[in-house]
Amino acid sequence: MELWNSLELWQIVAIKVMFSLMMIGAVMTMAGYSVLAERKVSAWMQGRVGPNRTVLPFIEHIPLIGPFLKGLGIFQPLADGLKFLFKEEIVPGHVNKVYYYLAPIIALVPALTTMTVLPFGEFFTDTGDRIPLMLADLEVGILFILAVSSLGVYGIVLAGWSSNSKYPFLGGIRSSAQMISYELAMGLSLLPIFLWVSKPGIDVAALSLVEIVHSQNQSMWLVFVQPLSALIFMIALFAETNRLPFDMPESETDLVGGFHTEYGSFKFGIFFVAEYAHIVIGSAIFTTIFLGGWHFLPWMADPWPSTWIGSILGVVWFLAKTIGLIFFFIWVRWTLPRFRYDQVMSLGWTKLLPLALVNLLFYVILVTWLDQPAS
Amino acid sequence: MNLIDFLFLVFATLSVGGGLLMIFSRHPVSAALFMIVSMVSVAGLFVLLESFFLAILQVLVYAGAVMVLFLFIIMLLDVGPEGAKSSKIKLLSGLAGIVCFGILVVFSLILVLNSVPDCSSCAGWPSLDDRNLVLGESLVFSTSVKSFGFGLFSKYMLPIQVAGFLLLAAMVGVIILSKKFVRESSLS
Amino acid sequence: MAKTVVLERKPLSLSERTYLPQIATGLKTTFSTMFKKKVTLQYPEERPVIPQNYRGVPTLVKDPNNREKCVSCQLCEFVCPPKAIRITPGEVPEGEADREHVEKAPKEFEINMLRCIYCGYCQEVCPEEAIFLQQEYSSSGYSREEMINNKEKLYELGGVVPDQHYKWDKKKKAEQEGNSH
Repeated sequence: MELWNSLELWQIVAIKVMFSLMMIGAVMTMAGYSVLAERKVSAWMQGRVGPNRTVLPFIEHIPLIGPFLKGLGIFQPLADGLKFLFKEEIVPGHVNKVYYYLAPIIALVPALTTMTVLPFGEFFTDTGDRIPLMLADLEVGILFILAVSSLGVYGIVLAGWSSNSKYPFLGGIRSSAQMISYELAMGLSLLPIFLWVSKPGIDVAALSLVEIVHSQNQSMWLVFVQPLSALIFMIALFAETNRLPFDMPESETDLVGGFHTEYGSFKFGIFFVAEYAHIVIGSAIFTTIFLGGWHFLPWMADPWPSTWIGSILGVVWFLAKTIGLIFFFIWVRWTLPRFRYDQVMSLGWTKLLPLALVNLLFYVILVTWLDQPAS
Repeated sequence: MNLIDFLFLVFATLSVGGGLLMIFSRHPVSAALFMIVSMVSVAGLFVLLESFFLAILQVLVYAGAVMVLFLFIIMLLDVGPEGAKSSKIKLLSGLAGIVCFGILVVFSLILVLNSVPDCSSCAGWPSLDDRNLVLGESLVFSTSVKSFGFGLFSKYMLPIQVAGFLLLAAMVGVIILSKKFVRESSLS
Repeated sequence: MAKTVVLERKPLSLSERTYLPQIATGLKTTFSTMFKKKVTLQYPEERPVIPQNYRGVPTLVKDPNNREKCVSCQLCEFVCPPKAIRITPGEVPEGEADREHVEKAPKEFEINMLRCIYCGYCQEVCPEEAIFLQQEYSSSGYSREEMINNKEKLYELGGVVPDQHYKWDKKKKAEQEGNSH
């Protein structure tokens, strides 16, 4: 902190802006490559090979590596992005112009804002202190994520409404109802986690994501401690990110393209990237809360040294877990069929919500009972 | 002018401007969106006060949930832009608005001018002492989440239960009002 | 008549009602599919194997003596359901010793590939076995005009097809021996 005080204001702002840009770059790259992963994994699961033609001219000629990268379709996101950029910009005549242009931005901003409070590793100082790597260490980090991600629904609702056409409108209406329903279950599924982490004897400050990660250091991952919470959170996460089996807002087969039916070129691209950014952030949050963040395996001390090498390995391990979860998202998408809309609603309100409540009650009683000897 | 002052001006302008635009916009959807802008800016003001928890609750509850429902209902009912009302109602509502605004300005001016600047606690809020909280004595004001929790579940337990009960009553009332009852005899 | 047996549907067990075991089974299936052999054909480099009786692009063929077989009877033009074939009949030019017993030959023979539905009626109806749907399956062009195959193109695509009958040779022989009909 002494370091901060010695700097000028503009220097602090410049450093923060630089870090933010790096973070945005990382998340956007991951989102872009999630699109590629989606195409590749879906292809593999259907007995196809997926995109394997795009290649940069000079890389193609490197023996062995060139054809391998080409076969993996590593350069496909580049081509996709350029395609979105250079497509003809078509604005239908019947749309409400202001909101039509505003909607993709509103969809993307919350997706990117949630990452400010996301811890993804730790830095060891010379004195042995551990400083978490994140943009802003907020005491109420998880609430911040819930709050900001709940704003993401406006992008979809506005897109549906401003398009002035039936299918996008239905998509927008569906998504707003769905998001409200599943936010409740999501919030309730997280409460037992905080009860568990903040029990007396462990020095923990309230709702911080960093503390949740630390509580899983050399002890059980929370996914094994509270499997039901993890399950409910996972299902709600699928619903919040509009992924199959809950992709009501854009169910291709019954709503054409849902809320983005009337969108083309780069505006559609922004929606697309926002969706995948949501998935990336969602996976990262699940990793942080339930899968021990950057810590190695349950009950095991981190095998890496407490130096900068350790920090890098920790971040890599965190990324590996996140990528595994992204794969899980894609895997589920290409396995399950879509729910009917009324089934989604009844699952949310009559199954998940009571289940989350019962789960909460159970852990309230359990934690109270466990804390008895302490008092 | 330092950064905080600048940000305060930005958020204050946004919240007041959003509120005004909400009142004056003809289309309900625009009005709802300006209301969201206003609410998020108020959350920004809370952040400037270092009261992160309140800011987040503001966004989570009002902008994230209540306004989504507002928009949902507006879109579901497909309320179009409000047509021109008769000049009499316009005049009346305009007058009422001006009078209310005048009263507000006068009262706030009186409050501001009468308040004595007291800088004994300008050094910042006292940090939270857990021991005080557990004993339930001398609840100090603090922005930390814990103090909210302790406050709500100890000193303000009764008000919170009453408020919850009122909300429940409102909810049950809405269900009863909106549900169509069918007589049992007509069912069989 | 077969007796209809109505199977009683058993009520779902608790584990079935959570869907979770079924979801796990589904996930297992898709995961195992990931490592199976891919069925994709890398098209421009790899071509599919065309079966013998494939109905591809209709073509005109010549007999082993390199003579035009079509006598422009226009049966194919009449039978063609989408009216893709257009024949301009003409006479066989004088001085072709091989064909002098034949009266007609097409002056122009056009098949509009934008209309053709590859039904194979033309091949079926042709009395001279002059039109064949062969194995060529990819026809493309930049304009509508390009997609109309003219006589030259049709013969180029068709080539020579081995013909066991040598109908015209027999006819010529019969004519020379004086018992043509």
